[in-house]
Amino acid sequence: MPKWFNPAILACGVLFAVSPFVIANAPYESTMGLVQKVFYYHMPSAWVFLTASVVCGIASARFLATGNARHDRTALAAAEMAVLFGLLTLVTGPLWARKAWGQWWIWDARITSSLVGWMIAWAYLILRQYGGPGSEKLAAGLALFGMANVPFIYVSVTYWRTIHPATTVVPKLPFSMGFPLMFCLASFYFLMFLLMKLRVRVAEQQARLDAIYLSMDEEA
Amino acid sequence: MMLRAIWLIVRKDLTVEVRSRELAYTTLFFAISCVLVFAFSLVQEGRAAEGVGAGVLWMTIMFAGNLALGRTFERERQSETLRALMLVPAPRPAVYLGKLAGIVLLLVLTEAILVPLVALLFQAELLAHLFWLVSVVIAGTLGFAAVGTLFAAMLVRARSRDVLLPVLLYPITVPVIIAGVRGTMAIAQPEFEADVVRFWLLLLVAFDVVFITLALWTFEPVMTD
Repeated sequence: MPKWFNPAILACGVLFAVSPFVIANAPYESTMGLVQKVFYYHMPSAWVFLTASVVCGIASARFLATGNARHDRTALAAAEMAVLFGLLTLVTGPLWARKAWGQWWIWDARITSSLVGWMIAWAYLILRQYGGPGSEKLAAGLALFGMANVPFIYVSVTYWRTIHPATTVVPKLPFSMGFPLMFCLASFYFLMFLLMKLRVRVAEQQARLDAIYLSMDEEA
Repeated sequence: MMLRAIWLIVRKDLTVEVRSRELAYTTLFFAISCVLVFAFSLVQEGRAAEGVGAGVLWMTIMFAGNLALGRTFERERQSETLRALMLVPAPRPAVYLGKLAGIVLLLVLTEAILVPLVALLFQAELLAHLFWLVSVVIAGTLGFAAVGTLFAAMLVRARSRDVLLPVLLYPITVPVIIAGVRGTMAIAQPEFEADVVRFWLLLLVAFDVVFITLALWTFEPVMTD
């Protein structure tokens, strides 16, 4: 790993250790009170989840087009990030929704497409885990379909019904709420970047080890 | 050339099927059993809850379709004919389209029996607007089969393919199910709204176009060793 990696991990840890205090200092939202604070973790994890899904889709497309294993390793790492941060999103969302809407779960466009997107990322990992040799190509195909799928879910559920707050809320936030949000967003993106770096590294080492085993077999 | 290759593959599948009748019988029997199981669990005192029929129809199409998809490619694998199919001196997309046509044909035949059965058991007014119903069902089946054919073909060489097919296929085909169920529900409603049905039909057609295009593009790299 590069020299800056360990200090960077430390910095990321400090950011996450500080974030509860930053969030605690933000003002109370008038109607929802304390539970609104979940939002400072919910939205960043949702954005990271979305970014990871897009990265996975693009890397898979490039892997299918070029056959370069480097893109495949990026796609794998991104899919794992999508599953992790998607889970965070799907757990923190209902906590907030229970208070805001009086219901744990609603079949709204954003929520449904997040759930399905998360399931596809998970299916991607299951396929790689249990599909046997050659499954990385199949998984890349799946990721491509998963990415193309999201707009359809979005349109279909929007036409059916919708309630989730729009993203236009974010620029209108006062600084006292906007700062903690941006702080958490930066921390989450930083964490995603470091974890991906680490995961790609592990995959690279695995590939190298496999190559060494293969060459040993050939010599013997 | 392309059309001829597609036709030859469809004819090959039909010939095998006419001789054994395996897929048609198993798929149909399974679909009917599914509808009966749904009827036992959802129809109470002779009446089904309103709008249930559309859901039952699409769930059954999904389950039976999954079974048929797995089976058609299992057949190619068992007799080692998949390799021969891949060696056919025709463009790869032709192989995909030929397989897709065969599966859609099989599913549409099954649906021809399934729809009246669901209409009867769940008191759903499915047959009142036959043109719309046929359009929605065929567009939905095509979308489901387009994704399913590609994934079933991809998984032929994978381990634990029987379990993996539904795991991959169901999340991807969620829009087809939503649009199919909503469209069919709108058709079965007492006051028919053509606008609503048209919206869902258009969504299904858009889905078909995007996913068949994507499948034609991915079939080649994914099926090459």
